[in-house]
Order: sequence, then C-alpha cells, then structure tokens
Amino acid sequence: MFKLNRKKSTLFQTSTTEKLFDITNYVLMAFIIVIMLYPFLNVLAISLNDSTDTVRGGIYIFPREFTLENYRVIMEYDSLLIGFRNSVLRTVIGTVLGLFVCSMVAYTLSRQDFQARNVISVIIVLTMFFSGGLVPTYMLMRDLGLINTFAIYILPLLASAWNIIIIRSFMDGLPLALQESAKVDGANDFTIYWKIILPICKPVLATIALFIAVMQWNMWFDTYIYNSANPALTTLQYELMKILQNTTASTGAGIDSVRGSGAEAATRVSPESIRMAITIVTIVPILLVYPFLQRYFVKGMTLGAIK
Amino acid sequence: MKNQKILYLMSVPVVIYVFIFNYLPVWGWTMAFQNYRPGRSFSEQEWVGFEHFIALFQDNHFYLVLRNTLVMSVMLLIAGFIIPIIFAVLLNELKDSLFKRSVQTISYLPHFVSWVVVASIVTKMLSTDGGIVNEVLVSLNILDKPVQFMAQGHLFWLIVTVADVWKEMGWNSIIFLAAMAGIDPQLYEAARVDGAGRWRRIWHVTLPGIRPTIMVILILSIGNMISIGFERQLLLGNSLVREYSEVLELYALNYGIGMGRYSYGTAISIFNSIVSIILLLLANGLFKRLTKTSVM
Repeated sequence: MFKLNRKKSTLFQTSTTEKLFDITNYVLMAFIIVIMLYPFLNVLAISLNDSTDTVRGGIYIFPREFTLENYRVIMEYDSLLIGFRNSVLRTVIGTVLGLFVCSMVAYTLSRQDFQARNVISVIIVLTMFFSGGLVPTYMLMRDLGLINTFAIYILPLLASAWNIIIIRSFMDGLPLALQESAKVDGANDFTIYWKIILPICKPVLATIALFIAVMQWNMWFDTYIYNSANPALTTLQYELMKILQNTTASTGAGIDSVRGSGAEAATRVSPESIRMAITIVTIVPILLVYPFLQRYFVKGMTLGAIK
Repeated sequence: MKNQKILYLMSVPVVIYVFIFNYLPVWGWTMAFQNYRPGRSFSEQEWVGFEHFIALFQDNHFYLVLRNTLVMSVMLLIAGFIIPIIFAVLLNELKDSLFKRSVQTISYLPHFVSWVVVASIVTKMLSTDGGIVNEVLVSLNILDKPVQFMAQGHLFWLIVTVADVWKEMGWNSIIFLAAMAGIDPQLYEAARVDGAGRWRRIWHVTLPGIRPTIMVILILSIGNMISIGFERQLLLGNSLVREYSEVLELYALNYGIGMGRYSYGTAISIFNSIVSIILLLLANGLFKRLTKTSVM
C-alpha cells in the first residue's frame, strides 16, 4: 500500500498541497459523519436515560442512568399503538399495491408494439409538471368520500409517474427474446408480465418498494388534513407531530397529551424523554431496511434521473 | 386491437385513475373564479371572475407570505443544489473506498426519516437546555449564554435551510457521484501528466464531466423551487416566528381549508403554480440559450 503510493508520488510528484488536501478532506468527512450521526445517537441516549436524570443535562451519546421506562410508558399510550398499527398497515398495503400498479402500467409502456403507448406515456408524464394544489385536492377527496377513511392513505398515492418511469426504463433494457419465446408458448400479456418480467425486475422493484415504503411510513400531513378528526385512523408520524407541536408552542402542554397514560407515569417522565422515545420508535423501522437496499436504490436513482 | 386487449386492460384503469386523482384537481381551479359553495352543482356556482385574485393582491399579509416563500425558495435552491455537488466532489476525491462508502451510507441516513422526526431532532439540538449547538457555541465563547434559536424569527430561514441540507445533502449527491463514476479515468491521467494539481483536476475534469447532470438537476430544482410546500415551515415554525415561517401553501391551507374559504385558497394555489411554471420556462429558456441543453 505504502510502496504503491510512493511509486505514484515519484511519477506525479505528490506535493504538500496534495497531502494537505487529503488530510483536510478526511477531517471534513469525519466531521460530516459526526454531524449526521450525533443527533440520532443523542436522541437514542436520551430516550434510554432516566427522565428525571435527563433534566440535569449533559447526556450526549451514552445514557447516564440506563432505563427502558420511557419505552414502557409510551407503550401504554393508546394513540401511539393505534398510530403504529395504521402506519405499518398503510406502509405494507401501500407498497404492495403501489408496486403492482406502477409495474403493471410500466410494463405496457415498455412494449414497443402497444398502440396506446405514446398517449398513455404523455398522460402519465404530464402529471409530474402540475398539480391541482391543496384546496382542489381536498375538495376532490371530500367529493369522493375519502375523508375519514383508511383508503385515503392508499388510493391517492398508488400511481406515481416518477416510479412508473424508473420501472419502465429498467424494463426497456430487457432482451425482447424472453417475451417472444413465452408468446410462442401461448402465454398471454399478463402472464408474461407476472411470470417473466416481474421476477427479473427485482432490483428495480426493490428500489421502488423502498421509495414507496419510506414515503408511506413518513407521511403525516394526510392524517393532519383529512383524518385528524378520527382517532382510530391516526398514524405514528401524526402522533409525534402533535406532541412536537405541543411542546414547541408552549413547553408543558405536551405533558397533558401524554398524561392520559397515567398520572403516576407523568410525574416521573418528562415530555422530552417521551418525545425522544417516540422519535426512536418512528425512525427504527426505516433504518433497519435502508442499508440492505442501498446498492439497489443507488442504481435506481441514477437510472431514473439520467433517462 | 383485439390481440392487445390484455395490454389495454392492464393500463386503461391506471389512466382512469390518473384522470381522477391528477387531472380532476386541476379542473378544481375553476373554483378560484367562483364564489364556491360546497354542495352546489357546477352550473349553480356564482362566477366572480378575478375577484379573489384582486383580494389576494390587496392583502398586505400576502406580500409577507410571498416574501417568505421566495426567500426560502432561493435559499433552499442555492444551498440544496451547491452543497451536494461540493460534497460529491470531495467524496469522489477519497481514495479509501471503505471510508468513502461509509461516509456515503451515513450521509443518506437523514433522508429516510420524516420531517416530523427532523423537526424533533432540530428542536432538541437547538434547545437551551442540553442542546449541543448552544453548548458548543458557549464553550467556544461565541455566545455568552444559550440562545433560544427556535424563537428567533430572523434565524428561521437559516434553520430551515440548514435542516434541509442536513437531511438531503447525501441523498442529492448520489446523482452527481454516479455521473462522476462515468468520467473516463484517462482524462484524469492526462491532466496529471500535464501537471494539473488536485484543484485543477476537479475544475477541468470533474466539473465539466458532470455538467450535463448539473444542468438537468438545476433546471428541475428551479422548476420546483417555489413549490417548497409547507411541511418544513409548519413543523419547524411556531407562533413566535410566524412572520418568517408562513409560506404560500401554508397560507392556502389556513385560509382554504382551515377557514373554509375554498375559492380564495384555490386562487393562492394557482398563483403558486403559475409562478413555478414561469420560473421553469425562464430557467429552461436561459439554459437552452447558454448551454444548448434542455429538459423539455
């Protein structure tokens, strides 16, 4: 390793400015790691620390008095459990259905021989450049009877032009012979899509699944705008948002919303520990998946944006 | 036609869906030219022309909101566009590929959490008790005593911008890194032989190599710049910083849905869209003339 470097340096005369550049760059990158990671570690540490002890301050990346009490308390907070359930449900259903719808239409658009291909492409691509805006969309949802229903978490988000284009670009690169041989064997178009195309599209489907899942899991403002009147349809993000808004508006108000879980608990648990524990619960599911899918989405992003 | 029946069956339902969910709301723009009353049919609505737009332009509050929208759009555009490029360039200069991959993976992390979580984290980091920013600034003697950052109106724009950069820097750099991977290594070798140092190689090889990507991303970001939404502003804002945090979409939300003034809220949304389209066309025209690249 060192020898190689030295050899290079005689060839190209690595100057001191080059070395200085490298050192500065490494330091800067290390600093970026710290900035990206510290907030998460700090939140985790506070969520795992005894809440009365936390008030004394000085918790950085390790809890001082370790406890799982904060998590036990939020488990008793009914709205959070309902919210968690709804968030999981909308993520799973939304991802599966969204993947199905987007890939199915993408397949028809990748078929060079499909007559309506250009018309449908234009209709779908155009949606990327305009939207009706907040109020008309709200009125539409109301007219469709979707307000205060679970369906509003799934239906409006099913087909996304961006996702369709990415899947289609991937399908465009597949060899045509595959489909033709299946056709000779008598398979119909849906069978070809379902049995032949989908299995080879796994990399791009994994990418899109991650995109949809992240979007679904992180969504809060549809609950805020459409479903805030119905506690049974709350989502985890929305619950966190409510607690956050309460504590920033006037410190202390947040405690009241948590106090429902028992007066005894409220005396021992500060809103900050609660907030941090909920924050962690909200982060963890997504963070568990993304490192595994990274190699796919880097490819997927590139494909989608360059084409 | 007949042998493509299944292809039609697979795509036409999606087209109908897109019409309902994407095209019908645009039809809803007609509301801005009516005194829209819910429950009445379209033909029964009272048409008032540009009345709501005139009311909008006569509202002093509108100009405050417009100012906030434009300032934050420009700040988010500049920071959110330039910093990922710088980050990608520096990352590309790292020789150790394990370290490079680690930095990259870690930098994506905040992209995957919601703005709700980011708002929670930002509030914590900036808080007066135990917030790391205050602690560092005080211990470095930059501040005498902790500052309540979230209550300072004039800092709100900066906080939103920094939070946005923190969240999206790594993610937005992916596309530039991918473009850099496509640059011919011989160009670097040639530059080295010609005696180009680090900066010159970045300036004369890396940056020109990713120029098409930079252009496309810039035009797309300009097109989206005014549609910055209201998520960040609603979550990070509070009553103390309202004069700086309220943006067009939030204004449309409060008036349109909150107060039931549907027509007025729609007029705000239309204004928002028209400004975005003008910006997109201007940017595209400008770049077409300057660089002969175009996205449309």
